[in-house]
Amino acid sequence: MLRWIVWRDLMLAWRRRSDMLSTVFFFVIVVSLFPLGIGPETQLLRSIAPGVVWVAALLASMLSLGRLFANDYQDGTLEQLLLTPQPLYLVVIGKVLAHWIVAEIPLVLIAPLVGVQFDLSRETLWVLFVSLLVGTPILSLIGSVGAALTLGLRGGGVLISILILPLYIPALIFGAGAVEASIIGVAAAPHLYLLGAFAVVSLLFAPWAASAALRISLE
Amino acid sequence: MRGDRRLFSGLDLLLAPGTFVQLTGPNGSGKTSLLRILCGLLAPAEGEVRWDGANIRSLAEDYYTSVTYLGHRPGVKDELSAVENLRISNELNGVEVSHEDGLAALQRIGLGGRESLPARFLSEGQRRRVALARLLLCKTRLWLLDEVMTSLDKGAVELVRSLIEEHLNRGGIAIVATHQELELSAGVTKRLELTT
Repeated sequence: MLRWIVWRDLMLAWRRRSDMLSTVFFFVIVVSLFPLGIGPETQLLRSIAPGVVWVAALLASMLSLGRLFANDYQDGTLEQLLLTPQPLYLVVIGKVLAHWIVAEIPLVLIAPLVGVQFDLSRETLWVLFVSLLVGTPILSLIGSVGAALTLGLRGGGVLISILILPLYIPALIFGAGAVEASIIGVAAAPHLYLLGAFAVVSLLFAPWAASAALRISLE
Repeated sequence: MRGDRRLFSGLDLLLAPGTFVQLTGPNGSGKTSLLRILCGLLAPAEGEVRWDGANIRSLAEDYYTSVTYLGHRPGVKDELSAVENLRISNELNGVEVSHEDGLAALQRIGLGGRESLPARFLSEGQRRRVALARLLLCKTRLWLLDEVMTSLDKGAVELVRSLIEEHLNRGGIAIVATHQELELSAGVTKRLELTT
């Protein structure tokens, strides 16, 4: 059942590839603006790199979260998903998984490439990649709660940012912290473990909260 | 109860297998709200809905193995073709549909030759037909149909009528909100008129 939801969402995303590409382009452009604006001061660039890449990833995921449920809501398929004989949180997990694959994985893959502009060492780029790989599921999971809460509201896009960005702060601190630790040469692993723990906690609670919010939004 | 307004009260219905309920009433009288309460999307302000003796709140998702609800919006994805829409919506409801079964159902509903066209190229009535094709394949006992006859031509209305008759003959229950009169030769017909 879960397989069908993921497959459905992946196919829909594939048929609307431009949406997916715009998120990736947004991420690449935002990250690239900083080296261009600041100039070739490698010391400074290196110290701002973790924060810049992570903040850009947060903002890029904001762009795609609005569509997580909104399209299904408009054409009535979300209603039908609520009326399927399976727990609603499984439906949410399926949709979040598809969102992660479509909107976050491309960012994770391209991050080491854009990170090169900040004069990061190979080892640091590797830590950046891992921190995003562990941290981006948090963005999709917590974001799904915001997307469900703001469903059908006018100006939901701004509201979702106000609601969700503060909740991203722990992910930002530990994710950027891991990269920073690697730059100054201390162990990045503790940060990554905490990030992983936060991801597990969000996996436990977010689908639940999102399905409750969906029921309210569809009443 | 919608907002502060009481739409209907004192509603008590017991439906036996093979019953057809035609739900009528002027716009805004609560037909859609009643159907949404019956399928569990909306919680009633007072009272409860029971299925086989159990409250649908406690049945939760198990209830949906017995119910098919088709709402105002057809629930058809623009990006997917008719047959993909049909197969996915059935699979999500636990009904396995092969590609051939899907094609056959669409053929019967009058969409032969348009099975692989993305749904955004279909007309309003044709999308409605894609949604209705689900009724051909689902094995649920309770059908809740909300204004499904809008934007359908005469032939399609006739087809819906025969689908409901077959469903009643199998011992199913159908509750249909509609402004059109449906004369069925099968089952027991009840009329429920809501007033404002």
